[in-house]
Amino acid sequence: MSIGGGKTISGAVQALTFSRRATVIGGLQAGIGVLLAGRMAYISVAENERYQLLSESNRVNLTLVPPRRGWLIDRNGKPIANNKTDFRVDLIPDRMRDKDKTVATLAQLLSLDQEEIERINKELTQASSFQPVQVATGLDWEKFAAVSVRLPDLPGVSPRQGFSRFYPTGAAVGHLVGYVGIASAEDYKENPDPILVTPGYKIGKDGLEKTFEDRLQGKPGAKRVEVTARGKIVRELDSRPDTPGKALQLTLDIDLQEYAARRLGPESGSVVVMDCETGDILTMTSMPSFDPNSFSDGIGQTEYGMLRDDDHVPLRDKSLKGLFPPGSTIKPMVSLALLRAGIDPEETVSCPGGLRVGNRFFNCHSTHGSVNMKKANAQSCDTYFYKMALRIGYDAIALMARELGLGAKYDLPVASQSYGTVPDTQWIKKRHEREWANFDTVNSAIGQGFFLSNPLQLCVMTARMASGRKLEAKLLSEEKRAPAPPLDISPEHLSYVREAMSEVVNGVGTARRARLPIEDIKLGGKTGTAQVVSLKYGRGGRDVPWKFRDHGLFVCFAPVDNPRYAASVVIQHGGGSSSAYPVARDVLTFLYDREQAMEKLLAMEESWGGTISERMDRQLAAYRAQKELEKAIAEGRVPPPQADTNGEGSAAEVGQ
Amino acid sequence: MASFGFVVLYSAAGGSLTPWAGLHMARFLVFLGMAIVFSRLKENFWKTIAFPVYITVVIMLLGVELMGAVRGGSQRWLSLGFIRIQPSELMKPAIILAVARFYDLLPAGQIRTWAAIWPLLVLLAFPCALILLQPDLGTTITVVAGAMTVAFLAGLPMRLFVGGAAAVAVIAPLAYFFALEEYQQRRVTTFLNPENDPLGAGYHISQSKIAIGSGGIFGKGFLNGTQSHLDYLPEGHTDFVFATMAEEWGLMGGVAVLTGFFLLFRWGLGVAMKAKTRFSQLLAAGLSTTIFFYVAINLMMVMGLAPVVGIPLPFLSHGGSSMMTIMICIGILMAIDRHPGRRSGTFG
Repeated sequence: MSIGGGKTISGAVQALTFSRRATVIGGLQAGIGVLLAGRMAYISVAENERYQLLSESNRVNLTLVPPRRGWLIDRNGKPIANNKTDFRVDLIPDRMRDKDKTVATLAQLLSLDQEEIERINKELTQASSFQPVQVATGLDWEKFAAVSVRLPDLPGVSPRQGFSRFYPTGAAVGHLVGYVGIASAEDYKENPDPILVTPGYKIGKDGLEKTFEDRLQGKPGAKRVEVTARGKIVRELDSRPDTPGKALQLTLDIDLQEYAARRLGPESGSVVVMDCETGDILTMTSMPSFDPNSFSDGIGQTEYGMLRDDDHVPLRDKSLKGLFPPGSTIKPMVSLALLRAGIDPEETVSCPGGLRVGNRFFNCHSTHGSVNMKKANAQSCDTYFYKMALRIGYDAIALMARELGLGAKYDLPVASQSYGTVPDTQWIKKRHEREWANFDTVNSAIGQGFFLSNPLQLCVMTARMASGRKLEAKLLSEEKRAPAPPLDISPEHLSYVREAMSEVVNGVGTARRARLPIEDIKLGGKTGTAQVVSLKYGRGGRDVPWKFRDHGLFVCFAPVDNPRYAASVVIQHGGGSSSAYPVARDVLTFLYDREQAMEKLLAMEESWGGTISERMDRQLAAYRAQKELEKAIAEGRVPPPQADTNGEGSAAEVGQ
Repeated sequence: MASFGFVVLYSAAGGSLTPWAGLHMARFLVFLGMAIVFSRLKENFWKTIAFPVYITVVIMLLGVELMGAVRGGSQRWLSLGFIRIQPSELMKPAIILAVARFYDLLPAGQIRTWAAIWPLLVLLAFPCALILLQPDLGTTITVVAGAMTVAFLAGLPMRLFVGGAAAVAVIAPLAYFFALEEYQQRRVTTFLNPENDPLGAGYHISQSKIAIGSGGIFGKGFLNGTQSHLDYLPEGHTDFVFATMAEEWGLMGGVAVLTGFFLLFRWGLGVAMKAKTRFSQLLAAGLSTTIFFYVAINLMMVMGLAPVVGIPLPFLSHGGSSMMTIMICIGILMAIDRHPGRRSGTFG
């Protein structure tokens, strides 16, 4: 049974063994004690610095404070885009534990509607884990506080007080100014600056906000706070304030811009007004538009859907990217080309209601009888221009068109411009690989055929004719430009054409109702009706479906004797020029007599159903209802809703 | 020592007596009273109760298992109405008592025979099985280690221990894969590489090392520890109380604590050496080694030298059962110190 070698062990030996072994154990214990002391010394002395750093980074949370964006102000210093204090709540996906529960709690605390919840859930699945997802902005203090006090139970939720971009005039500046939004994952990949994923930080996404991003952005501030392991803020240690972005002054007159936008009413169109002395763009409006405030707050699915589906294309800036046949608005320009080619303005052409060219008969809209240059402009006789254009050839006209700024891309700080076409013999060879034909001359002479311009170009053309100088469109106040040189056009010719344009409004012309309701200020202009479809669909007036109606155009300047302002108005499918010139008249009236113009507008807005934002809200509600209905009727092939404001009654006629 | 624990817990609670420091001190005083009572009891009393206590505690462990089975889930507590105790804690001194008593009874000549070994294994088998079922690996290891120490001191052949160590080295990896619960496996892997997952399982060790390391030589000052006060350090008042202390008192505090324990163990082994009977020798050495295991495992854990096992630091950690165990050990040690045995002829 012995396993110990059979050695007999007495009590004395056992006692000896005990004390020997106890000493061993004591030694072992001392050894471990020394080991522990050594280990502790190593951690706390040798690695002290590293652990101190770790402890600090545990304790201190560096929070970036998004900088306030620089303001956009108008020529008089009025804000176009500013910042308003804002309570907001965001989600940081990778800090969240139970996403569904957190979103549900937030939805209840902030009374979010179903669509918002869907948007948040969708963004949560799409966003990279570090990208903040906006829950709500513009909260009142109570809701903000309600979320803040529940923070320990809501990991990943970030309530903040900050600034958000605000556009006081809303949709009126949407296209021009653009909007801001949360940096995308691509932005962050390109420039992995932590500020990009700081909740509340927005970058310019479109328009001037995007073009001038670097300048408007500013420098973020920082805040060092002591936080607990659960993210509760204990106290603020120090903070560095943000450096707001620099303000940018535009040449716009924001009041005029807003007036023009409102005056366009339910129509789809554009108003551009320029200063004839400096080339300053006072107004560049395109309606319908989107509310940049909605975009900057993260636009809802439905609202975006409505904008996308609307046949009035509110997402397109018609002033810069809408291309229209200029129609008869180029007749003054063609007249200048005729005068330079030596045509006697008193020479008459007989208008029997059209002209046969080859085997085709080109209509004039009326039978004008004997027509000289002035009458041809005043009454917009096509036959005169068909005949005279054929005599001098179209290249001379195209040259003049380019001198007056048509077909050109301007040096403007905008994301993109569509600069259209001034057709000529060279162009048609290159583009269509055929020879220029007489019918091309005839079509192009009255601004149809291949001729395409955007509304800004039409305004520049008018401003150049009115001032006699080669004005360049200018959008930034700070930009210093040498005074525009005179045009290479005889002043006599220019004054003749200006007189003819005055005749359009003040004489026996096509736009007599465009006269300004102001003493001593005379308006000169030229109407235009651009055909959209061939005549077999009808005359393109108001009795055909909206998208077949003619575009209504009007270019003008005032005062006639000493031009100060030039304007162009384009009403897409307005049904003729009579949709355009009342708008021009009222917008120019606003420049001289705001009260009178406003009075008129308010009366009209009442008949249209309220201000722009009221109508947009109603449109959105209707759209939403429609979508719900479509969902309800599973196979309902209901066409997209016509904007509810697109009534049969013409906007242009109201207030006349 | 316990007063220092009081001070540390006072800070851990953010400079307040509640919820830890006050209770800690109160408990200490109660158990100190108990220890003083124990110290009056003579060796024969301990001899007499050694096996009955052992059996009682085994029954309590069984009771815990049964209640756990009834209520569902793992259970370590036994509620006695006024106090909730952890029988596995009581098993630590109980096993020492029983094993010491066993080798005391064993005739000197049989110490190198099988008769010296199988009863030890039987004595260990019941409690270990029951504690492992709870499951509580840390306590099991302490119980086994305590019993082994007594056996070692009793004079079992050295090669058994060498062989045993070799066997453990072989069995440990197997046990890791087949016997350990998943959470225990994770603790081991975490220990081996805590920085791998600093926010997950390695959190305890990382934060504990940060607390100790950031304390430096002199610490951040009383009540100035950020790791503990801002909740980064988990269990800052129980198992990781040493880290809480070290953050505020630095290396100096740590060395002071280590010195305190060193003096305690020197005294404990001194008592054992001075004891005149075999039972009291083995008992004193076994008990002081049990306390040592607490201290060593806990400190190795907080310094990242051992996996995270739920073993508190004597005198400093907040917690009733472990304090009771420690004070029982101290009480018995004091009793032996007071009555070193018949041969000295001194009584009281």
